[in-house]
Amino acid sequence: MKKLIGKYWFLIAVVAANLLVLIYNPQLEMKALNFTGKNFLNFLFMLTPIFICIGLMDVWIERDMMIKIMGEKSGLKGVLVALMLGMITAVPLYALLPVAGVLLKKGSRISNILIFLCASASIRIPLLLFEISSLGWKFTFVRFGLNFVVVLLIAFMVEKLLSEADKKAMYDNAD
Amino acid sequence: MDSIFTYFLYGLAAILLALSFFKDRKKTILSLKKSLKMFITVLPQFIAILLLVGLLLVVITPETIQRIIGTESGFLGMVITSLLGAVTLVPVIIAFPIAAELLSNGAGITQIAVFISTLTMVGFVTLPIEIKYLGRKVALSRNILAYLFAFVTAFIIGVVLT
Repeated sequence: MKKLIGKYWFLIAVVAANLLVLIYNPQLEMKALNFTGKNFLNFLFMLTPIFICIGLMDVWIERDMMIKIMGEKSGLKGVLVALMLGMITAVPLYALLPVAGVLLKKGSRISNILIFLCASASIRIPLLLFEISSLGWKFTFVRFGLNFVVVLLIAFMVEKLLSEADKKAMYDNAD
Repeated sequence: MDSIFTYFLYGLAAILLALSFFKDRKKTILSLKKSLKMFITVLPQFIAILLLVGLLLVVITPETIQRIIGTESGFLGMVITSLLGAVTLVPVIIAFPIAAELLSNGAGITQIAVFISTLTMVGFVTLPIEIKYLGRKVALSRNILAYLFAFVTAFIIGVVLT
C-alpha cells in the first residue's frame, strides 16, 4: 500500500486537487475536465506513432550501433546527430521523454540525449518558422543563436555534474 | 505546423512497421507488445499531468498571461513571467501570437524573451515524468539551468534589440 502511494503520489495529489475544485466550484471543474478530455485525445493521437517507433527502435536497433552513432565516444558526429534529430522533431518535450528513455537504454551519451531534448524544445525548425511570422526575423535570429549555445551548455554542464555512479544508475534504470 | 509533423510520424511509423513485419513477424509483434507495455507504464503519470494541465488552463488563461506580462515590468516582471512560463504548458503556437500582441502594446522585450524561453525549456508540470526517465539529478539540474539561462539570454536579447 505504502509502495503504491509512493509510486502514484503525483496522480493521487492531482486527483485530490481536482476533487477539491469539484466540491467548491463544480462549474470550473467541468471546464477543467473538458480541457483534460480534449487534451487526452490529442495526446493519444500524438503519442501512438511515437510509441510504435519506440517499440521498433527497441527491437531493431542494436546497442552497439547506437553506441557508435550517439554513444560515449561518438564525439562531434554524435552531437550533430542529436542536434539534427532535435531540430526537426516537432512534438512537446513530455512526448519526447519516452524517446530519451530508449536512447538511454541503447547506450547514447547523456549529453547527446540532453542536446536532442533541449534542441527540440527551443530551437526546432518548425517552431522557428512560426516564430519569425509572429515575432519577426530579428528576434527569432538572436534567440536562435543564443539558444543554440545554451542547449550545448546545458547538456555538457548537466553531464559534468554527474558522477560515474550517477551515470551507471541512469543506464541501469533505463533497462 | 505541429500536427503536420504528427501526420508525418504516422506515415513513418506505418512504413517502418510494414518493413519490420515483412522482415520478421515475431519481432514486429514483440515490438508492438513492448510499445504497449511502455505506454501503460507511463500512462498514470501522463493522466496526472493532463488533469493538472486542465486545471491550470482554467486558472491561467491566455488573457491572464496577457494581463500579467502586460502590466508587470522591470526585474520583478521578469521573475513573474518566468514563473508563469515554467508552470504553464500553453502550446507555443498560442504563445507566439500573444507575445507579438504584447510587444506591439508596449510590453518589454526582455519579459517576452524570458517567457518564451521558460515556456519552451522549463517544464515544472512535467517534472515527474522527466525524473522517471532521466532521474532526479539530471531532470532537476536541466530545468534549473534552463531557468537561469532564460534570464541570461533575455537580457542579451533586450540589449541587442533595443
